[in-house]
Amino acid sequence: MTDTQYMAPQTLDEAVTAFAAGGEAARILAGGTDLLVQMGAGMVNPGVIVDVKKITELNSIEETADGGFVVGAAVAGAVLEEHPTFGKVWPGVLEGLNLIGSTQIQGRASLGGNLCNGSPAADGVPAMVAAGAVLTVQGPNGRRDIPVKDVPTGPGKTSLAPGEIAVCFTFPPRPAGSSDAYLRMIPRTEMDIAVVGVGVNLTMKDGVCTDASVGLGAVAPTVLLVEDAAKALIGSKLDAAALDAAAAACSAACNPIDDKRGTIAYRTKVAGVLLKRTAAIAAKRAAGV
Amino acid sequence: MSETTNKWIGQNTIRPDGAPKVTGSAAFAADTNMPGMIWGSVLRSPHAHARIKSIDTSKAEAHPGVKAVVTAADIVDFPVDTPFPLGIQDMRWMCRNVMAREKALFHGHPVAAVAATSEAIAAEACKLIEVDYEVLPHAIEIDDALAPDAPILHDFIEFEGKPSNIAGTLEHTKGDIEAGFAEADVIIERDFTTRPVHQGYIEPHACLVSVAADGKATIWSSSQGQFMVRAMTGLLTGIPQSDIRAIPAEIGGGFGGKTIVYLEPLATILSKKSGRPVKMVMTREEVMRASGPTSGSKSTIKIGAKKDGTITAAEGIYWLQAGGLPGSPIRGAVGCALAPYDIPNGRTFGYDVVSNRSKVAAYRAPGAPIGAFGIECVLDEIAEELGMDPLDLRLKNAAKEGTQAVHGPTYPLMGYVESLEAAKAHDHYKAPLGPNQGRGVASGFWFNAGGESSAQVNITEDGNVVVTTGHPDIGGSRAGIANICAELLGIDYRRVSVLIGDTATIGFSNLTGGSRVLFASSIVVTESTNNVIGTLCALAAKIWDIDPEAVIWEDGEARPAGANAGQFPPLTLEELAARANESGGPIGAGAQINTTGAEGGFGTHICDVEVDPELGTVQVLRYTVLQDVGRAVHPSYVEGQMQGGAVQAIGWALNEEYIYNKNGHVDNPGFLDYRMPVASDMPMIDTHIIEIPNPKHPQGVRGVGEVPLVPGLAAVRNAIHDAVGVRFNDLPMSPPVVLDALDMAEAAE
Amino acid sequence: MAKLHISTTINGEPTEYLCAPDETMLDVLRNGLGLTGSKEGCGSGDCGACSITMDGRLVCACLVLAAEAEGSEIETIEGMADGEALHPLQQKFLEMAALQCGICTPGMLVAAKSLLEQNPNPTETEVRYWLAGNICRCTGYDKIIRAVMDTAADMRGAA
Repeated sequence: MTDTQYMAPQTLDEAVTAFAAGGEAARILAGGTDLLVQMGAGMVNPGVIVDVKKITELNSIEETADGGFVVGAAVAGAVLEEHPTFGKVWPGVLEGLNLIGSTQIQGRASLGGNLCNGSPAADGVPAMVAAGAVLTVQGPNGRRDIPVKDVPTGPGKTSLAPGEIAVCFTFPPRPAGSSDAYLRMIPRTEMDIAVVGVGVNLTMKDGVCTDASVGLGAVAPTVLLVEDAAKALIGSKLDAAALDAAAAACSAACNPIDDKRGTIAYRTKVAGVLLKRTAAIAAKRAAGV
Repeated sequence: MSETTNKWIGQNTIRPDGAPKVTGSAAFAADTNMPGMIWGSVLRSPHAHARIKSIDTSKAEAHPGVKAVVTAADIVDFPVDTPFPLGIQDMRWMCRNVMAREKALFHGHPVAAVAATSEAIAAEACKLIEVDYEVLPHAIEIDDALAPDAPILHDFIEFEGKPSNIAGTLEHTKGDIEAGFAEADVIIERDFTTRPVHQGYIEPHACLVSVAADGKATIWSSSQGQFMVRAMTGLLTGIPQSDIRAIPAEIGGGFGGKTIVYLEPLATILSKKSGRPVKMVMTREEVMRASGPTSGSKSTIKIGAKKDGTITAAEGIYWLQAGGLPGSPIRGAVGCALAPYDIPNGRTFGYDVVSNRSKVAAYRAPGAPIGAFGIECVLDEIAEELGMDPLDLRLKNAAKEGTQAVHGPTYPLMGYVESLEAAKAHDHYKAPLGPNQGRGVASGFWFNAGGESSAQVNITEDGNVVVTTGHPDIGGSRAGIANICAELLGIDYRRVSVLIGDTATIGFSNLTGGSRVLFASSIVVTESTNNVIGTLCALAAKIWDIDPEAVIWEDGEARPAGANAGQFPPLTLEELAARANESGGPIGAGAQINTTGAEGGFGTHICDVEVDPELGTVQVLRYTVLQDVGRAVHPSYVEGQMQGGAVQAIGWALNEEYIYNKNGHVDNPGFLDYRMPVASDMPMIDTHIIEIPNPKHPQGVRGVGEVPLVPGLAAVRNAIHDAVGVRFNDLPMSPPVVLDALDMAEAAE
Repeated sequence: MAKLHISTTINGEPTEYLCAPDETMLDVLRNGLGLTGSKEGCGSGDCGACSITMDGRLVCACLVLAAEAEGSEIETIEGMADGEALHPLQQKFLEMAALQCGICTPGMLVAAKSLLEQNPNPTETEVRYWLAGNICRCTGYDKIIRAVMDTAADMRGAA
């Protein structure tokens, strides 16, 4: 017989209390597209499921006065897509989230869930890493901020302390001429887990890249921030040599495994290929902004 | 009957079972419930190969909520030394497949089953069953099963006098291949492999069985043959067939995978023991681990041809995986491989190899896609070598009426040449291609089948028609049958209701498979309808007091044959139905026939692809299926068969495969990592229907359903070669494989 | 754990049910409420056969807890026709033979209806990508895509 409990608190404080009280067997429910799959597969048997979709802060999207955004951790991809400006400023972050699964999945899946599930192949994460997004969490010991790049610590693991709940993501304001992009390699055209995922965030001024950041997914136990790739792009006109160097940096940063989705050799090669393509898209978008 | 005079045959009428299917009310097996119903769950082997030393079910039986437990002891044994064929199956293997007897032969092999008051309790109780296994080394791949130190699955299987995992062989020969190769100007010999793939039906196996206190069983299940369900369940449980009523639920896809039973015998015994109806539904994971996919294969193909393209000799040696028990489809591989060609010297040989994976089940033209793959690939290479268009090479050697095929029969009139000529003439073949794009062609054949079919055609008291047939409808056959019956009676097709009977309400009908349903059922429906027309004419004759020979049936009415017969106004079907008691009885007729005259089907495919040379991904840009279907009774459903089979072939060629881990467990038992084509992967699939009527069939029908899977593997592979200059001899051609080959080709330059 | 009492609206009708906290919406629809039109093909959100809409959003019922439906508006295949009057998509699927075995059809129709509500003029590519989460093994998708696009054109013409 099941002894799972379900609750849908209205406030974050209630959620934190219940989640902490539930200990190791407690789970947060946002879109459920990871949790219910894991429950169905017998991988997890929650003692208490804390549904966070009634908590305003986790489900709202706010454009701040300085041009940044605060996105609730439980906001579904389809909802984020309907926001009038988020996707114009962060198209890469949005497309990463909305490549997860299918239309049905995108109706539910969230950045918070995708990040906290800790899959190295999470589509929502590389562009967030490249964006320099920061996650705010709240737990029994209060609130704190964690840069998204520091959240994943290994397959299925995050740096959130026991009892901490993802609350919202803060995306910084950006200078004009900035945009981002996310591309992944999958065998089909949809529905697959990323074999490689690349998020590139750039600022362009007069044809020169003045700032860049590269997030690389599915090629290591966690999503990587590839600083060497960024360095190769910054100051360049994104010419072939710069892109080659950035691509090589991505390939070098790879530390993948052979599994049913891809081989080490394949992932390493494709990381470089995707970097170039993603950077090109981000640059084109940045030029248009 | 010609197209211009047909009113319903050749029309895209609305299928009789359509409204329930689009409103969600159609009852599939998992949708049925009964009062008092309990749930069954299967305990499955955690080992890929193990001797079962003992099973202790006592704790499960004592668990609250558990109502019955089943083990192999409850299943009738079929001794391994006595063959017991049932159709193309053998009950020795069926009884060991539904539940492991001496050994667990694959990871997921059923070992016991439990029925309890909820699914959760049944699953919990399974965990309480204690099985003492002696774990044995396992072999999954053909090479591993054939290695000198391979674990032998069955000590009763010997090959060339020694214990072996080769369970059988089959050979076809024609002429003298050595002499034929000696005459060839060019000979190409290549080795090929294909990975195992699953039929991929979206509906998992499901059944609901209720055994009454007197032992009579009623089974609702998703199957491709309610008579097969009755027979197998009867044989495996010891219940006489007359005490079993098998009712076919609507079936959510089968493609051959539901031509055997998995759950019905278990549910029957659980229901009998518990006195409650028992429902069992497989999860997707169980489907992927434990139901029969098709074989993986190895083959060596050798073809010799003269400079002018005449094939002088062709040989195909095939190794197919059977799974844990004998019975891979070597018949389809060795029979169909060379079937499209008029070859003076040919040989095909197939080995049936057992290994520790789930027992294979039929998959749409079983064995033929594997048989055709290597042949169609080598033909492509020969065409290139000779500087010939690949369709021309096939035309040069095409089988025609009168050709004696390597697998034995002499062909009657059929449309293979027409499919090649139509391909050559098609716009698709002329369309320009861009960079990294390529075009491939391939042909294929399937035997098709006739077999037993029964039907009843009854006229209702209000002058309409109820047709009962015996085969589950997996492709829209009810629509085709309605067209035929309406055509013969000359009435609106909406007045014809077509239903599928169960084993108690319709005569014996063989499986839905073999591309035979419309072929066979239309024969018995035609016979029945013609008999009904005879009765109607006799009744009119009686009313008019004239000779029955002087009455004709036209456009839904009985009419005097001519002025000499008398000036009587016609009598409509409604009028005659209202006066049925004047004829001496209800107006209806049935037929039960072992139909013959099914002739093989031939098709040719054209495929365009674009390869991303940096990622190795392959996009199918355009696809055309050209096939001789004899007569397209319902063209949309004929097109649907052609399109569906082609897309399955594309999936098989590009991304579908079973992945095993080192413990012999399937590593991708779900739709996430078993990658079937999704809507965004595919282009529109164009179809070109060729109608060379089958002279042995009343409407000219040839089976259509299976041929469309056969040519596709090579069509895609040949297109990729045309695009990037690399010949792939191993399937699937997934992105890492393609990229690796492209890199190696580049390095070699 | 005691069952939860949920009040929701299904196909426009106020509906109440009891469910275990870990029961899915699909389980409750099929086993609790007799709404077997939504099908289970995989149980893991990979096939779309269980597609429903929840507060206007297309989702997989197998990935929604029945408890989450409290206060929601759920629409299933059973709510698509209006009595005898089929929705234009349903009618078109029949006319264009956009189904063979029919197991994927309820999910496909719910998903297609959701698409046309969001985008009355989709391109072929948009239709294919929207429906990528609805696997069909019988048709090869051709007639399904044509039926959706034809219906979209009809519905635009009628508007």
